[in-house]
Amino acid sequence: MGTRGRGLRNLRAVLAPVAAGMAVMAATATVLVPALGHGVRPEAPRPVATHRAYGPGTAPASPAAARCTPASAAESLRPSPADGPAVERIKKKGQLVVGVDQNTYRWGYRDRDTGRLEGFDIDLARAIAKDILGPDAKVVFQAVPTNQRIPAVRQRTVDMVVRTMTINCARKEQVAFSTAYFQAGQQVLAPKRSTITAFDDSLRGKRVCTAAGSTGETELARRSHGARVLTAPNQLDCLVRLQLGEADAVVTDSALAAAQAAQDPTVELKGAPFTDESYGVAMNKDDPDLVRRVNKVLDDYRSGGEDSPWMRAYRKWLQADLPGISGPPEPQYGD
Amino acid sequence: MSSPSSASSATSVSPEPSARPGSAGGPAAPAARRRTAWAEGLDQLRAAATTEPGRLRAIGAVLALLVVVFGATAVWQVTDRSRAADDVVLRSQPLTADAASVYRSLADADTTAAGGFLAGGTESAATRERYEADLAMASRLLVRAAANAQVPGAEGGAADRAGTQIARLNALLPRYTGLVETARTNNRQGLPLGGAYLRYANGQMRTELLPAAQALYDAERQRLTADHERATAWPWFALAAGALAIGALGWAQRRHYRRTHRVFNRGLLAATVASVAVLLWLVAAHTVARAGLSDAYAHGARSLQVLNTARIDALRARADENLTLVARGAVLTADQKDFYEVDFQAKMGHLAGPGDRGSADVSGELGTALALAGDEAGRRPVREALAAVGQWRARHADARSADDKGDYDRALAKVIGGDGSTGASFDRVDTGLGRALVHEQARFRSAADGGRAAFGLLAVGAAVLAVLAAAAAVLGIGRRLSEYR
Repeated sequence: MGTRGRGLRNLRAVLAPVAAGMAVMAATATVLVPALGHGVRPEAPRPVATHRAYGPGTAPASPAAARCTPASAAESLRPSPADGPAVERIKKKGQLVVGVDQNTYRWGYRDRDTGRLEGFDIDLARAIAKDILGPDAKVVFQAVPTNQRIPAVRQRTVDMVVRTMTINCARKEQVAFSTAYFQAGQQVLAPKRSTITAFDDSLRGKRVCTAAGSTGETELARRSHGARVLTAPNQLDCLVRLQLGEADAVVTDSALAAAQAAQDPTVELKGAPFTDESYGVAMNKDDPDLVRRVNKVLDDYRSGGEDSPWMRAYRKWLQADLPGISGPPEPQYGD
Repeated sequence: MSSPSSASSATSVSPEPSARPGSAGGPAAPAARRRTAWAEGLDQLRAAATTEPGRLRAIGAVLALLVVVFGATAVWQVTDRSRAADDVVLRSQPLTADAASVYRSLADADTTAAGGFLAGGTESAATRERYEADLAMASRLLVRAAANAQVPGAEGGAADRAGTQIARLNALLPRYTGLVETARTNNRQGLPLGGAYLRYANGQMRTELLPAAQALYDAERQRLTADHERATAWPWFALAAGALAIGALGWAQRRHYRRTHRVFNRGLLAATVASVAVLLWLVAAHTVARAGLSDAYAHGARSLQVLNTARIDALRARADENLTLVARGAVLTADQKDFYEVDFQAKMGHLAGPGDRGSADVSGELGTALALAGDEAGRRPVREALAAVGQWRARHADARSADDKGDYDRALAKVIGGDGSTGASFDRVDTGLGRALVHEQARFRSAADGGRAAFGLLAVGAAVLAVLAAAAAVLGIGRRLSEYR
């Protein structure tokens, strides 16, 4: 229903940083050109306007175009089943070390009865391990806090992070991502009987909780819709505050919001996601062969239509609280 | 008594107009004018003072008065100090110990709740009972503390410091238990939300309840300090009055010797001896009482305090250890370290100093407690606790490395398993410190009782001796007076 509106909003969201980037380039030019001694003021706005005509996604294959834009952020390396040095390293170790979450219901959490980690992310990590190491693959799950995801990958504490991690350009400077394996977006969660309808002016005067340092906090800082923002250390702490009456709504990404709704039948997701976030598997930038291998696993994971492993995992973990998803996001490749 | 004063006021007003012209230059008032009773009495005294019997009578009266004043001041100040010493032993020290117990019970409840949470569905009945017992104990002690405090809203107006904190704790406690129960319920359903609730409950404990309990403890300790200071203050008024009385007695005897060349006046001598006895008793009793009470205070305020702090730090380190596994990295410090692990290390550092040194160099609260313990029986349990802390640290490092490697089950077993777990080490630390506390508490009591006993008969003795001394002084003067009849 709101897909067209969402698409429009996406386009706007995509264009804003492009324009900003152009402005920076133009500013750099204004500094550089006088230094070259020509003393002529370049017409800065013009290149921005012309560039905009190309639009996102149609960037030419020049080196400058390899620069990450929000539209191309989800692009990854083409899949390959070959064993490169990184895959060999993992095979030699005989185990795959995966950074995961332990606290996100239905994504990565400890099963009460078995004590084992379970969830959508965990299933995916097991599938990757099985592909690399064979049917009896040894997977070591390491609980990685949100803010430790990038350091853990960069310092090779883990081979990869599968932990509801959004792909974006800032992160792509530090780590490499697989293709997107889930499409999410920031969303509002509120009690079913609340007057809050979406991320709009119905938030006016309401106390909205979001995790400190999260995308939600950034979005609320950008446009608060008159809401009073309070932050908690973790998105799940926001549900506690909602239940205790200290907050009226929660802003977090749709996957996590759904995980919250799964734990409290009196709350629900309100409105459509108002940002676009693709989840990817994060790996070290020096492991391109591993990235290709994981993309190959993801390809297998997605294929099979209604009976693909992806759809089975979706139905098992997510459908109840995130209904209406017909399939995995399409992979995008940048090479 | 009232008639002379009314007469004097009447006479001082009525003759004013007529007296004014005369008083300007005239040498004496007219005979017609009545004199005041006070002036007449003064004149009589002046007349009497010119004769030796008159002087002797005056001296006798002054001596008796000084001795009685000395006795009365001694009785008043000794009673005051004795009462303060009783307060130290029977009221403020027990209340301080109670406040420490409130704090300990709350911290223990929080630690136990986290431990039971980790066990999840397999939470043992013992854990549950311990949690309940902690809360019951805290509630009971708060009621007892409230009986000795001014609680807000009670008759008699404003609350005192202790009362304010008691009211705060009573309001916070049900809220805390509610949060723990919600955490438990969610946990039993296998929802990660339970962990978030438990962390929230722990946050409440950390930032609201424990600070209030700390403030209550501080208020009670302040009262203990005040009572102690009252009990050990020198009775300067009594000592000054004593010196004055004895000095006056000495002067009277010297005067007597000069006039009569008789060395002794038995009455005055007896009065002097009795007064000196009261003074010496006063000084001796205070010295003994001060020594006893100060020794007790050093133990009550220092040794017990250090042991209490150590026990609480051990408890909070244990809670942190449990919560590290509950939170699973959900809460971080500003520099991206696990919040609970950082706090654990800090608490262990307070408890036993940095762990990287050999056991020969003992620092931290346990080191202080070891230094303050007065005897071997007091040192032994502290040493045991210290050894258990070393073991705890080693096992904790094992558990952490297991968890960091992703082996959550092994880490969990290392933390809440039976023998060989950090939980067992913690229990040994707690037991050792508990025994040390009992020992130091007994030492406190015996030292304080020893000091308190020094005041025993002093008030009564001072009163009796002062009355005897006053009587002896009057008799001694009377014997001289009789020589003039």
